[in-house]
Amino acid sequence: MNLVLVAEQTLNGLQLGVMLFLLAAGLTLVFGIMNLVNLAHGALYMVGAYLAAYFYQTTGSFALGVLLGLAGTLVVGIVVELVALRTLYERDHLDQVLATFGLILFFNELIAILWGRSAIYSTLPPYLTGHVELIGSLRYPLYRLVIIGVGLAVAVLLWFVVSRTRLGMLIRAGASNRAMVAALGINIRRLYTIVFGFGAALAGLAGLLAGPIFSVQPGMGELILIQVFVVIVIGGIGSIRGAFAGALIVGMVDTLGRAFLKPALSAIISPAAGDAAGPALASMLIYLLMAAVLAFRPEGLFPSRGS
Amino acid sequence: MVAILLLLAAVPPVAALLHEPFYLDLLRRVMIFAIAAISLNLILGYGGMVSFGHAAYLGIGAYAVGVLSHHGIDNGWLQWGIAIGASALVAAAIGSISVRTSGIYFIMITLAFTQMLYYLGVSIAKYGGDDGMRLNVRSQFSGLIDLNDPAEFYYLVFAILSLFLYLSHRLVNSRFGLVLQATRLNEARTRAIGLSPYPYRLAAFVISGAMCGLAGALLANQTSFLTPEFMNWTRSGELMFMVILGGIATTAGPLLGAAGLLLLEDVLQGWSVLPKWVHEHWQLYLGVILVLVVLYAKRGLAGLLPGNERDD
Repeated sequence: MNLVLVAEQTLNGLQLGVMLFLLAAGLTLVFGIMNLVNLAHGALYMVGAYLAAYFYQTTGSFALGVLLGLAGTLVVGIVVELVALRTLYERDHLDQVLATFGLILFFNELIAILWGRSAIYSTLPPYLTGHVELIGSLRYPLYRLVIIGVGLAVAVLLWFVVSRTRLGMLIRAGASNRAMVAALGINIRRLYTIVFGFGAALAGLAGLLAGPIFSVQPGMGELILIQVFVVIVIGGIGSIRGAFAGALIVGMVDTLGRAFLKPALSAIISPAAGDAAGPALASMLIYLLMAAVLAFRPEGLFPSRGS
Repeated sequence: MVAILLLLAAVPPVAALLHEPFYLDLLRRVMIFAIAAISLNLILGYGGMVSFGHAAYLGIGAYAVGVLSHHGIDNGWLQWGIAIGASALVAAAIGSISVRTSGIYFIMITLAFTQMLYYLGVSIAKYGGDDGMRLNVRSQFSGLIDLNDPAEFYYLVFAILSLFLYLSHRLVNSRFGLVLQATRLNEARTRAIGLSPYPYRLAAFVISGAMCGLAGALLANQTSFLTPEFMNWTRSGELMFMVILGGIATTAGPLLGAAGLLLLEDVLQGWSVLPKWVHEHWQLYLGVILVLVVLYAKRGLAGLLPGNERDD
């Protein structure tokens, strides 16, 4: 276990963390403001990945692919909100869970019809491939650094929008008292649509960034969605600050656990124990962490104010 | 309700007469899932606890049978007893954390813990890991019941289903059940009359998990095969949908819902009357049907039966 490996895995953890944050931010906003449990958030992540890969292939420009993919996911999100989710705001969580579960089946199958069931590989343009020399002998893929940069930039932008602009003020007001906001003459339905589209675009962004490193296939959204739930539960539902902290914690714990738990167990107990328990424990680690956090702080680390 | 059970009881001789053993298999599957749905309805319908992780107990029950069988223990009493006991223990562990929360937290926590067990199943290579494992011998009941005989297995499942329908009906209308429903309807008032919701909810959660564990043991015997997919989160979603489709918090609902969903899947996948594009992408239509049922048919199939109002 050398220092370079630790540094590399820490960066990997950071990269997974910002990816989880992009998804968690949208989900937690939608929940905090509209009180909607949206399981189909993972489907939007998948749609983003597919659209970007498709547009990159047809236009030949990566930047154009990203832009069109982002815009496409935004449109899909707004359509889903207008057609299906609007009627769900007043329903209980059970109905929301089931209806959005139905949407997941629908989207996964739709994608399978359009692009087939097997994974497609989305590539990177030449200027994003290659490695960067960091401190010492650590060489890290450029694209993963770009993901970290984009994720952190979005986090700052999101903080700015929510706490410093008029739209952000409306969002916060809508979260704490929607009847009052409506009474003050704000079109709350339009606000909901904007917020949902916003969240969808963030999920799409995560998806299109993830495309070139993970495989792009139907059902890809659900694998990461459940990790995002863990993030939100740890961070506190409805809180963007919590989503950010939770995402980084989960990203780090998951990545470092997978990398170092097996050798650590082998060294401390025995190689046999490491082989047997290492992978199993590593894949359960974030859920155990969630249980531990809930045992001490049932509302999560950063409970949102108001509720 | 009685009419449905009589109809189910008459299936094996009729199927034998028509030489259609397939329907016996399909209906046995329906009844096993009905048992799981009954257990979920207990906490979801009557207790108001939206468990999105009920497939966990299905998996634990199945793995109890599979793991014991793997080590050469085929005694059904022992296997099924351990299936129920292990499910109850896990339900107690998950419940002790999740039942203290409510609403969205409860949904996400139950989902996350089930996913944890799913990954545990995937990563244990000794018991098949991702690929699952075959059950070489079905559970043995010392010559009393032979599960390899389709009709005998069918009647055993039928008997357990009938018993569970009766038990859940009795439980819901007992003092315990009434307190449980009270915690769903108004927690503050329940507290005000001096009852703490937590032990009642936790007890219901454990009972429900244990019942579902038995369904898992039955399912392992039904398929003679088990994989971590039994615990997949989509399976939990299907169980929830069965409860909703059948009619939440009704006695007959889980049975009707299980029958409705599994027969619908069978029709969408297999009926030669339907064009090929329906078979190939049946999940697309299932998804749309699911959304429509949730949005527009809240009372479920049980609402169609005479005199079967939501009994709370």
